[in-house]
Amino acid sequence: MISSLTAEKLVCTRGERRLFDGLSFRVRAGQALAVEGANGAGKSSLLRILAGFLSPASGRITLTQDGKDNDDAEERGKQIGWLGHLDGLKPQLTVAEQLAFFAGLYGRKADSAALEQVGLARQAELPCRYLSAGQRRRLALARLVVSERPLWLLDEPFAALDASGQALVAQLMARHCGQGGLIIAATHDPLGLGNESLKL
Amino acid sequence: MSPFLTLLGRDLKLAARSGGGAALALSFFALVATLMPLGVGADLTLLARIAGGVLWVGAVLAALLSLDRLFQGDYDDGSLDLIALSPLPLELTSFAKILAHWLSTGLPLTLLSPLLALMFNLPPQPTLMLVVSLAIGTPAVSAVGAIGASLTLSLKRGGLILPLIILPLLAPVVIFGAGSVAYALDGLSGTGALGLLAAFSVAAVLLSPFAAAASVRLNLGS
Amino acid sequence: MNWLFKYANPHNFMRLSNWLLPVCAVGAVLCLAVGLYFSFSAPPDYQQGATVLLLFIHVPADLMAMGAYVIIAVCSLMSVIWRHPLSDTAARAAAPLGAVFTFLGLVTGALWGKPMWGTYWVWDARLTSFLLLLFLYLGYMALWNAIEDETRAARACAILALISVVNIPIIKFSVDWWSTLHQGETIMAGKLAPVYLAPFFLMMAGYAFLFGALWMLRIRTFIVERRARTLMVSA
Repeated sequence: MISSLTAEKLVCTRGERRLFDGLSFRVRAGQALAVEGANGAGKSSLLRILAGFLSPASGRITLTQDGKDNDDAEERGKQIGWLGHLDGLKPQLTVAEQLAFFAGLYGRKADSAALEQVGLARQAELPCRYLSAGQRRRLALARLVVSERPLWLLDEPFAALDASGQALVAQLMARHCGQGGLIIAATHDPLGLGNESLKL
Repeated sequence: MSPFLTLLGRDLKLAARSGGGAALALSFFALVATLMPLGVGADLTLLARIAGGVLWVGAVLAALLSLDRLFQGDYDDGSLDLIALSPLPLELTSFAKILAHWLSTGLPLTLLSPLLALMFNLPPQPTLMLVVSLAIGTPAVSAVGAIGASLTLSLKRGGLILPLIILPLLAPVVIFGAGSVAYALDGLSGTGALGLLAAFSVAAVLLSPFAAAASVRLNLGS
Repeated sequence: MNWLFKYANPHNFMRLSNWLLPVCAVGAVLCLAVGLYFSFSAPPDYQQGATVLLLFIHVPADLMAMGAYVIIAVCSLMSVIWRHPLSDTAARAAAPLGAVFTFLGLVTGALWGKPMWGTYWVWDARLTSFLLLLFLYLGYMALWNAIEDETRAARACAILALISVVNIPIIKFSVDWWSTLHQGETIMAGKLAPVYLAPFFLMMAGYAFLFGALWMLRIRTFIVERRARTLMVSA
């Protein structure tokens, strides 16, 4: 169980530009953090730093788990459920195959319940190339749920979704927090979770 | 199913479904083997002498064709991010992809080679050498290719740089592979050459996942 | 090791090269001038005639070509282990110089070959190895130029250089093996008679000074360029 994620004095430079400086925050179990800012302000870069893909120019990120602190990026990565702005879907694989792949890769079992939850049960045998943007997002959400990871990093979770899709996202996020998970989301829209906000 | 096998299975499935996978490499291989006599003439003695070299170079080039699929596809659509966050270490991910590449490229090329050797009038013993050398050496091509593919991940037109980077590194493979055929053609034993080739292949396959993983990590941060 | 880190600071490097560069330049001119004089006035070799002169130009070029790649590899190692910022620049600066020396070695090798073997290129083992080395240089430089982000380009090229340098002995071994398989002995062995030692070492020293001077010049240029860019970006 992760009890908290603490970021201390993160500095990010992309090329010659300094995106943010001295950024510090803490997210606890059951909490969500919305990262807001204009395009290019560094929201995606922050998420990639938290995921361990990018190294910050300076600063520390500590995951507190079972009473122990850990600032190793690769180990943190194993706790992360990622929803990036790219889909990660192969056009040639069917919806069910795609989900089974990620479940197997993450050491989980895929079952049709996940697809039902996101409203894609009837599209299970459809190759991903035929999915609409909203459906692709829903599949990504199913993947997120199936991965059973405690820390969710979401890049624009409401993008490309209609009203029912957005309600689904809100519901999944609320349930995740309710179960003690943590969420950090880069977003233009309010999360509606009674959460903290970070402005870049 | 273990994460490793899951990834391997998916990559093989993708290779099979996207535009014929092995068919492209095999066609290219056969085309090179066809163009060469058109270029040098149909003197069967000459063709037998150059068969080892021509077919080895053809196999390497054919394997090159699908190398940009190794990591690029996953990188472009965001799958690589998700794969990097999985329990599977990037080194094993690279190894799985190298294995998948070999199974869908190197192995089919090896299996087609006796037929092409026939077209070059290569006698049975050297043909056997050719097949064995390809079987041993093509994994090295996939392994070294993976290093090049991972280094050129972020390039939009990385296609031309990839061969430039890895072909010099593959010179020993071509030398020993074709050399074993040459020895057999002269009635000598080519097993010495095969041994050297095997040593190179083993080293390449064991070490390149680490280099490829380092390069992937480098390119993930963008 | 601390002195190395002292010069990791571009400012310190500039100060060092302010006097070291002219010293190397003068050293290069002197050694090359005297070396060439001795080369031209050395007695002709009984086997190779007056073309032994090319030995003084060709062999040092080959050695420099190898040495430059080793330098690149060492800089790459420093870059990977210690994140030494100047070592990336140093490696990048050395590459075209090494490539030119390799090319020079190939050309002079071919020129030397004509009187000896009758044709310009006979796939001699050494020359063939150096031809492959030239491609390794070209690939390295191409990768630097292709990746837009400088830090990532530096890291990627460091990985490439380290892998390549490990491969170079393997390539050399395989080409030697190939050469004995197909045509017999390598032709360019290097046993030097004592009367040839002086011009040879002078030329070698001259090349080394030349490399040093040009290398420092290129590194300085990169540093100045980066400063100018930083000024422009923040202006």
